[in-house]
Amino acid sequence: MSQKQEDENPAEETGEEKQDTQEKEGILPERAEEAKLKAKYPSLGQKPGGSDFLMKRLQKGVWGTISYPLTLELKWTIKSVEQKYFDSGDYNMAKAKMKNKQLPSAGPDKNLVTGDHIPTPQDLPQRKSSLVTSKLAG
Amino acid sequence: RNKTTCLLKADIISTVEFNHTGELLATGDKGGRVVIFQREQESKNQVHRRGEYNVYSTFQSHEPEFDYLKSLEIEEKINKIRWLPQQNAAYFLLSTNDKTVKLWKVSERDKRPEGYNLKDEEGRLRDPATITTLRVPVLRPMDLMVEATPRRVFANAHTYHINSISVNSDYETYMSADDLRINLWNFEITNQSFNIVDIKPANMEELTEVITAAEFHPHHCNTFVYSSSKGTIRLCDMRASALCDRHTKFFEEPEDPSNRSFFSEIISSISDVKFSHSGRYIMTRDYLTVKVWDLNMENRPIETYQVHDYLRSKLCSLYENDCIFDKFECVWNGSDSVIMTGSYNNFFRMFDRNTKRDVTLEASRENSKPRAILKPRKVCVGGKRRKDEISVDSLDFSKKILHTAWHPSENIIAVAATNNLYIFQDKVN
Repeated sequence: MSQKQEDENPAEETGEEKQDTQEKEGILPERAEEAKLKAKYPSLGQKPGGSDFLMKRLQKGVWGTISYPLTLELKWTIKSVEQKYFDSGDYNMAKAKMKNKQLPSAGPDKNLVTGDHIPTPQDLPQRKSSLVTSKLAG
Repeated sequence: RNKTTCLLKADIISTVEFNHTGELLATGDKGGRVVIFQREQESKNQVHRRGEYNVYSTFQSHEPEFDYLKSLEIEEKINKIRWLPQQNAAYFLLSTNDKTVKLWKVSERDKRPEGYNLKDEEGRLRDPATITTLRVPVLRPMDLMVEATPRRVFANAHTYHINSISVNSDYETYMSADDLRINLWNFEITNQSFNIVDIKPANMEELTEVITAAEFHPHHCNTFVYSSSKGTIRLCDMRASALCDRHTKFFEEPEDPSNRSFFSEIISSISDVKFSHSGRYIMTRDYLTVKVWDLNMENRPIETYQVHDYLRSKLCSLYENDCIFDKFECVWNGSDSVIMTGSYNNFFRMFDRNTKRDVTLEASRENSKPRAILKPRKVCVGGKRRKDEISVDSLDFSKKILHTAWHPSENIIAVAATNNLYIFQDKVN
């Protein structure tokens, strides 16, 4: 760290004054960053910690993949949206597409449009194999 | 720099944990696998060669699942591993993904029964008509085999995503915490758990904070803490009531309202909370700092350490690339005198609580040969950059060290850098 060790211990009398100036300097970068963000996304809400924000987090559960509700258009294009599937068949289709595998064949007639028949377990693509050895164990 | 390494998402390490003696080191990854390393016994011939860690066992702990009711995928990523203290020859650990906790037994087998009457050496059944004599099977030595078997599966108790598990000091119970609830389990019972914390509001519109981490006190089996996304820690006593919604202690540092910005709450969210080994202190990690709290003082931390304060002037872009939501962990050393946490650019930081000195080190193959001493790193904020310093703008934010572990009694650390595990040892003269 190029900065001096900022050990903020409010108990120290001598440290308190220092802390004041440090705090003031600390305001500027954060506020400057906030101004930058608001310039980019003018419809940004005041408080990021609203229930909408947290509920999105609950659904996906991982901070890194939350799509925070700023200007909807911008965020949707940049970030991957939480994937919702209609049902398990839809999920399996999406997985198959991602792996560029064959879509489940509809039996003898391969031109049959999906959705017109009830798939059987044999039609569905295999889930990915779990027997891949971890890199660490190699 | 021109080398492109193929990074398999499944290989990204998601948790690292030493067992209670430090003999074993477990890692979990995004692919749901657990790899356990064992420390070599120091041989008499090579007294000066410190025991190295070699692969001991590897198994698939969790598989990807599909929640049919919500039409959502359940990731197999291992969020946390916690060891149970060893009580017999076998090792036990808990591993969890977002929804299911599993108790695994890891045991060695070095003998095999031979001389069955009804089976031949390959295991094929013999025709009973050909058997004319009887013999007693004997145990013969075999090559050491380490097997991992799932002994308990604790499922269907969490609506939200599990972020923490913690083994109680009574060795009979453990807790699992998700975003809104904490459950208490008995190791023997998988179809029931007690709900001990529930912060879900009746009306979800009133939701203001979530649980981010939780841990049992190392000695007092009735005490635990949990941290929140608002930067607060609550200590609860299970003797007070069955449902610990009312905390016994509430730790929060007062904030100067004139400092408040759009980012304040996000960067104050605590990503990890750890009791010291002594049980007298707790350490919390938020986005920019690590704080040490005395359990007897709720109104402010006793120590605050800046991990990477230079990021304060980068918050806008860190918010845009979601890095501001990265969840860094923090660890104590065995004597609670040094604390360690990760940062970006494969840097990790250590703070000596006694001398108040700190160091920045890098976990990277390019910059360190095996057995070489790690060179301290420095980040240059502005102005003239010295020869060995790295400027803030050239930090690689995709190289983040979120998970680290410290051996319980020795100066051996494990650092997970994306898909690589580094084990560093204190140099012995």
